[in-house]
Amino acid sequence: METYTAMRHFADSWALLAMTLFFLAVVAFVFRPGARKAAERAAEIPLKED
Amino acid sequence: MSILDKHAILERNATLLLVGSLLVVSIGGIVEIAPLFYLENTIEKVEGVRPYSPLELAGRGIYVREGCYTCHSQMIRPFRDEVERYGHYSLAAESMYDHPFQWGSKRTGPDLARVGDRYSNEWHVQHLIEPRSVVPESVMPSYAFLKETPIEVKTISMHLSANRAVGVPYTDEMLENAVADMKAQADPNADTSGIEARYPKAKLGDFDGNPAKLTEMDALVAYLQMLGTLVDFSTYDDAAGYR
Amino acid sequence: MKYVTETIVLAVGAFIALLGAAFAQDRLFEAHMWVLFFVLLASTLFMIRRISFAPVIASRSSEHDDGYFDEVIRYGVIATVFWGVVGFLVGVVVAAQLAFPDLNIEPWLNFGRVRPLHTSAVIFAFCGNALIATSFYVVQRTSRARLFGGNLGWFVFWGYQLFIVMAATGYLLGITQGREYAEPEWYVDIWLTVVWVAYLIAFLGTILTRKEPHIYVANWFFLAFIVTVAMLHIVNNLAVPVSFLGVKSYSAFSGVQDALTQWWYGHNAVGFFLTAGFLGMMYYFVPKQVNRPVYSYRLSIIHFWALIFMYIWAGPHHLHYTALPDWAQTLGMVFSIMLWMPSWGGMINGLMTLQGAWDKIRTDPIVRMMVMAIAFYGMATFEGPMMSIKSVNSLSHYTDWTIGHVHSGALGWNGLITFGAVYFLVPKLWNRERLYSIRMVNWHFWLATLGIVIYAAVMWVAGIQQGLMWREYDEQGFLVYSFAETIAAMFPYYVLRAVGGGLFLLGALIMAYNVTMTILGYQRDEAPIPGATPALQPAE
Repeated sequence: METYTAMRHFADSWALLAMTLFFLAVVAFVFRPGARKAAERAAEIPLKED
Repeated sequence: MSILDKHAILERNATLLLVGSLLVVSIGGIVEIAPLFYLENTIEKVEGVRPYSPLELAGRGIYVREGCYTCHSQMIRPFRDEVERYGHYSLAAESMYDHPFQWGSKRTGPDLARVGDRYSNEWHVQHLIEPRSVVPESVMPSYAFLKETPIEVKTISMHLSANRAVGVPYTDEMLENAVADMKAQADPNADTSGIEARYPKAKLGDFDGNPAKLTEMDALVAYLQMLGTLVDFSTYDDAAGYR
Repeated sequence: MKYVTETIVLAVGAFIALLGAAFAQDRLFEAHMWVLFFVLLASTLFMIRRISFAPVIASRSSEHDDGYFDEVIRYGVIATVFWGVVGFLVGVVVAAQLAFPDLNIEPWLNFGRVRPLHTSAVIFAFCGNALIATSFYVVQRTSRARLFGGNLGWFVFWGYQLFIVMAATGYLLGITQGREYAEPEWYVDIWLTVVWVAYLIAFLGTILTRKEPHIYVANWFFLAFIVTVAMLHIVNNLAVPVSFLGVKSYSAFSGVQDALTQWWYGHNAVGFFLTAGFLGMMYYFVPKQVNRPVYSYRLSIIHFWALIFMYIWAGPHHLHYTALPDWAQTLGMVFSIMLWMPSWGGMINGLMTLQGAWDKIRTDPIVRMMVMAIAFYGMATFEGPMMSIKSVNSLSHYTDWTIGHVHSGALGWNGLITFGAVYFLVPKLWNRERLYSIRMVNWHFWLATLGIVIYAAVMWVAGIQQGLMWREYDEQGFLVYSFAETIAAMFPYYVLRAVGGGLFLLGALIMAYNVTMTILGYQRDEAPIPGATPALQPAE
């Protein structure tokens, strides 16, 4: 039971916080202003001649 | 040189993507599955659960082969209606020797986790041969061919040792006596002291109505008749675990 | 001398299969090895007829190695249509068996054996071939490179067909592991692993040799699908065979651990085979057909990582209120609900790609098909999280509601997006000006949509009714219905379900005809769809 309780506490607190922060960091990184151009170029890939 | 450089970077990107994806998809499985092997409260300690007897194991093989799990579950949930309909809700310990588990996901037919001892052998045989002769509403297929098909006896000890290899505690004695036990369980005239000692509560005697022949029907009915009968629930309070 | 090595390998394989049949430990293995022997023998004979003894140089020059490797994709598209029709037909048969049990023909055509045939034919044969064909098409186009590995593409295609044939014949013979959607036994599993590794090499190799600096997002989804399915397949099928000359194996895990491993696999067969891979299709074919870039490329990146991270956790929702520990059930439920968000992010991204071209839904039946596919994806990914809530699941689990849910996903999302891709690909791959008939695409669209709506609605009502009947008490506190009475109540629904499936099958048959005629080079003389520009097909 001890292992379970310890893991449960960890999952409900720090693990949850870490995941949320990581997610927000990824979103911020992907949507950073500098990435717009590269994304637009990539989006055009399928529409070029084939 | 510049081309080589570029190529290396590109390659790293694709490889990074591969490794990154693999890492990301590994996390969930590891967090959810691995603890089940280590947390001591995953499987409760229960008296009575034992490995399947050779005949029951062969019957279970037929249950798997015929895809019974596509219509029948073996997992009673802790609800009042399910417990009243099928019996005490299923415990993890009761399927601890099930390779594979057969909890099922669909009840086109009723749950079978505790079907053992509910009907007579004759009822089961008749039901498997012609389901609608005993349950008019049934949509179950007929399994009459089981009664005509002899069960393969000679390879049974290999099945037991394969189970031992994946963690079922079959003893050397059980392996040595596998063929004899398999025949004795369905033979009304056999000496059954050995099998009763090795597999407590095993159902004994002819199952398919033809003592002269050991058929797949014998094996399947022997399996069905022991389902859910190993643990004595008379001392448990059914309602205690209701949700 | 072309194909000599390949022919010899096939002949040796046939001989090994013969040895397997001769020394088999059990009857089923013997029967299955005979099947394998005849399949490989027929392939060998076919290959011998094709061996060319012309000098190597001469035969080389006839190939054009510089272009895209499209021949295998043509085969893949035909296989997709073929297995689709087979899978839907078997589905209608099993649906009819549930309504009229006398249609069971023991032992080979009993429901318990045919149902895995249906699920595997649709998931692995139809969807699997669609995924292999489209991923090969997309990865070459978006990488601007020929498929990596030369004839490896052929090995992947034919190896995969051999897997399908061995799995399907195995089910009918009674060779199964008893694990849903992972029924093939150990030796077929090993073969699939070999084929899958070759698939990964061909796909990843193409990306690595690409001439386009960026890896287009569709390829991310395809890559994640290939890698994750490999992981799931290997772990879930860990087993100890009874004999190397016998069919039976025993799963490495048991009971509760086995259950979660299986549903970790089972749910992610949905998540990666039927979702991630098909999202790869969506991110390529929808922009192509409407001739517009994807709505938000950056949203698709978030969509990708969030989706693949969260899907993996959702497996335990198949085991609510079972003997699985509560913490695992809760974790599965929470992630299933959260999964709604990336799923709808992807749906919005797909739908909004039509921004500025919404009129194409009216004028282009292929666009309409793709949009309906995305709409069904949205519906199924809303219903799924809802059903993963424990209190909802307590009613829906074990009933036909689940069956209705998976079919709105499989027929609506996987089916319709595949049909859209097939209609897009066929004129391109065979250099036809347009499809044989655009109006038939319209017929297919309406038959399929009507079929799915009937199917899903009927199963929804049937499931909820049966779930409520199981738990209904009278005033004295007794259960009102026996189990048998709840089966009898299902009869009209089961008949209607077969009708819905039949309509869907009819639509697929129209597609098969349309595709065949297009390949043969015919064009149906028909009035154009109102509002469509005269040159509808070659949009670019």
